[in-house]
Amino acid sequence: MALFVVLSGVILTALLLVTGFILRLFVVLRNGPEYKPGQKGSVSVLVVAGSGGHTTEIIRLLGSLSHSYNPRHYVIADTDKMSEEKIRTFEAEREKSDSTSQFTLQRIPRSREVRQSWSSSVLSSLNALFSSVPLVFRLRPDVVLCNGPGTCVPLCAAGLLLGILGLKRVLIVYVESICRVETLSLSGKMLYYISDYFFVQWAQLKDKYPNAIYMGRLV
Amino acid sequence: MKTVFVTVGTTSFDDLIDTVTSDESVKALIQRGFTGVNLQVGRGSVVPDPESCPGLKLQVFRFKDSIAEDMRHSDLVISHAGAGSCLEALGANKPLLVVVNDKLMDNHQLELARQLQADSHLIYCTCSTLPQTLREMDLTTLRPFAPGEPQNFAKFLDKAVGLV
Repeated sequence: MALFVVLSGVILTALLLVTGFILRLFVVLRNGPEYKPGQKGSVSVLVVAGSGGHTTEIIRLLGSLSHSYNPRHYVIADTDKMSEEKIRTFEAEREKSDSTSQFTLQRIPRSREVRQSWSSSVLSSLNALFSSVPLVFRLRPDVVLCNGPGTCVPLCAAGLLLGILGLKRVLIVYVESICRVETLSLSGKMLYYISDYFFVQWAQLKDKYPNAIYMGRLV
Repeated sequence: MKTVFVTVGTTSFDDLIDTVTSDESVKALIQRGFTGVNLQVGRGSVVPDPESCPGLKLQVFRFKDSIAEDMRHSDLVISHAGAGSCLEALGANKPLLVVVNDKLMDNHQLELARQLQADSHLIYCTCSTLPQTLREMDLTTLRPFAPGEPQNFAKFLDKAVGLV
């Protein structure tokens, strides 16, 4: 009898937690447009740089943003060689015009290499998630800005988790890579549902994903 | 000196390096008046010998901090289909021939190449059709590529996060 009481207590608590979690998820997903972190004067950004082409694109986007987007925390996959140099070049330019400009570089394991099989992709994605959560919890950015490398899924999930737990609302801004004309990337397909602002760069995608924002080519 | 710059970005694309240095491609390039080839081979395992393309001055490197100079000094860019390399070449206003890697797991790269070819900004082919394309392509049909407008993104985001 005592066992039954304890057991039903445990089950009830678990159910309440899950329900609470799901309710919070809905609240967080719906209140994005009302959340205005910029009203305090500056916006900290977690920039998911990913690899090669993705980095070039995201730097073009960053180049258009004002000095109020400060500091910028860049996350690079640890196997990436070219991105760090591109970022340092960009930031060196930025510092010339704004002495208060700040940035950091963060490295996490890559989710999926080009040509990696799907089964080992799952394992390395989990590995990436384990390093993403502490990173995002420590940096607590106002905005996560990303454009499709595999690493952005666990980072956005970690940002969402901060909001669900009520620790910090993190806006997720996703800009699908310009190389996606007809179909979203795997990251895009997942993040379409949890992004606060989801941009596509070709009209064909706006037709298929009506909640996306289309303003022509951005990069 | 008329130079073609070949770039594979951060990846490896041995098939492209093999094909572009093949006798057939070298012949087509010389016929078009090219005198030099500059190869960026990335992580690839094929690193051609500088003497391997008689008639063309061959330079080979793996990575550089910036390939902007190599782009600028070239008269034709042959690139893998990565968005970064394509945009950089189009931004530099160079005639662009994109070679799609049909061995990649998720060959979405074809989407962009196809669309940009439909809009007359580049010509694309695969490794198997590269020599033929080098012989027959008409670069005069290509139109300049207007840069994207990131300022629209910035304007939207300023409002969305409450900066303005």
